[in-house]
Amino acid sequence: MNGPVSAGRWSRRVLAVHTAFIYLFLWVPIGVLAVFSFNTGRQTAVWRGFTLDWYHRLLANEALLAAVRNSLLVAALTTLLATVIGTLAALALRRPETPGRGGTLALLLLPMVIPEVVLGAALLTLFGALGLRLSLTTVVIAHVVFSVSYVTLVVRARLAGLDPALEEAARDLGAGPFETFRRVTLPLIFPGVAASALLVFTLSIDDYVVTSFVAGVGSTTLPLHVYSMLRVGVTPEVNAVSTLLLAGTIVLIVAAQRLMRVSSSEGDRT
Amino acid sequence: MRRRGTWLLLLPTWLVLGMFFLVPLVLTLVLSLRQRGVYGGVAPIPDLGAYVTSGSFLGNYARSFAGIYAGIGWRSLWMAVLTTALTLAIGYPVAYALALRAPRRWKDLLLGLVVVPFWTSFLIRTYAWMFLLRTEGLVNRLLLGTGAVDRPLEILYTELAVMIGLVYGELPFMILPLYASLEKLDRTLLEAAADLGAGRVSSFWRVTVPLTAPGIAAGIVLVFIPSLGQFVVSDLLGGARSMLLGNLIQNQFAVARNQPFGAALAFELMAAVLLLLLAYAFYMKRKGEEVLL
Repeated sequence: MNGPVSAGRWSRRVLAVHTAFIYLFLWVPIGVLAVFSFNTGRQTAVWRGFTLDWYHRLLANEALLAAVRNSLLVAALTTLLATVIGTLAALALRRPETPGRGGTLALLLLPMVIPEVVLGAALLTLFGALGLRLSLTTVVIAHVVFSVSYVTLVVRARLAGLDPALEEAARDLGAGPFETFRRVTLPLIFPGVAASALLVFTLSIDDYVVTSFVAGVGSTTLPLHVYSMLRVGVTPEVNAVSTLLLAGTIVLIVAAQRLMRVSSSEGDRT
Repeated sequence: MRRRGTWLLLLPTWLVLGMFFLVPLVLTLVLSLRQRGVYGGVAPIPDLGAYVTSGSFLGNYARSFAGIYAGIGWRSLWMAVLTTALTLAIGYPVAYALALRAPRRWKDLLLGLVVVPFWTSFLIRTYAWMFLLRTEGLVNRLLLGTGAVDRPLEILYTELAVMIGLVYGELPFMILPLYASLEKLDRTLLEAAADLGAGRVSSFWRVTVPLTAPGIAAGIVLVFIPSLGQFVVSDLLGGARSMLLGNLIQNQFAVARNQPFGAALAFELMAAVLLLLLAYAFYMKRKGEEVLL
């Protein structure tokens, strides 16, 4: 009788050790990167003491700051446009009788699954054919294309958990379609909309591949600048800027996850 | 909301994705059928009839299947298959532990620790390995310190580094869909298997794995597609000989200035991806599962 039990315990232990090892694999490289951004030594594999020097240097790096400004501007515009467009689509797709529903769903799926390098190449071809100069505008257009789908996906999930009786009640009480939307539907789907906005902001501010095709002179974004820095070599400045970008992403993603969890648990209740 | 006006809500999506997604793809297809000009750009076609009948319009595609380009294609395919297989083998036990073994109060945190890398910049996660693997990096210092090697290993700028970077980058994309399907697993079926005399091993292979097949399929799709087209990992961690399809495409547009050839390569990549997706959609439909990606 003891055999299978101890065999089970043994396999559980192996599973736990493997899982712990994979968590270390996922997080140690990022952790080491962050720790060494506070290292005094320039020869960065040896710990020589704590410093914020590299972060101070970033503040004095004009090209980097310009890239940060570009990235923030692009991410803000992309978030605004993609969130509005994607949410409108999600609202329309709720009704099974909407014309072109199946086609639109397929169309929205494609940008999420097509390799980024293909999207970048295709957009560059279009901008070339139109004679459009590569600028922050072309970057925003590209970012909106790859992020609209995520908004629709997240907001649709939220809408699926929505009780239609609430909107019917509002209409029965004499609210017009716009008022029903503003006072009932929008507040109910707001956590989903906000979560998708945070995700889009993250996607936009982190994107390298598509941006590398459609950004021109003067429209260098933060990932493009970081890429050019780290192609030259490993320096503590790159560690510092990476750590800041990582910290920012973690905050945004944790906030988005919270919002989505709120939305799904409320959805369960209704 | 007026029912008749619903399509208006879709109009912005159609405009954006039509103008900036479908039209560019069509233009790229057209571009891939033309030839590079003498000074870069696109060569004019003096006689369309002759161009078509001579088969010149397939020149870029023919070129991509010959010589070094075929080699790059096969290597990209092989690396993507290997990445997918490794992430599945490494990720399945983790997803299993997370879904079926982890204590309830730790679950959110443990899941979050996989979700965050899922969304975190690929660039920085790749840089982390540049930092660790270079000759004077931490991995080499550890190996030297423990006396495992007597001089630093050249890991960075090799195929091994690319493989590590790819598995590291794609692992969360495998674990999350696996977790989602393991979480939904009906545990009473495992008990039933045990009651009917199945051992742990046979109930795992004959009950758990088949029931989580949709999650496995989704994970394979989510890992294979980006691995096949990526160029950041091979560019940063690979050496001169680690060029993959993604690098080749990027190169044709950015450096080599042979956009028609780059367009043809991009289309081949897209065709491969779409074939895989069609197979996936067909499989999920047969299983009666919703196609979620």
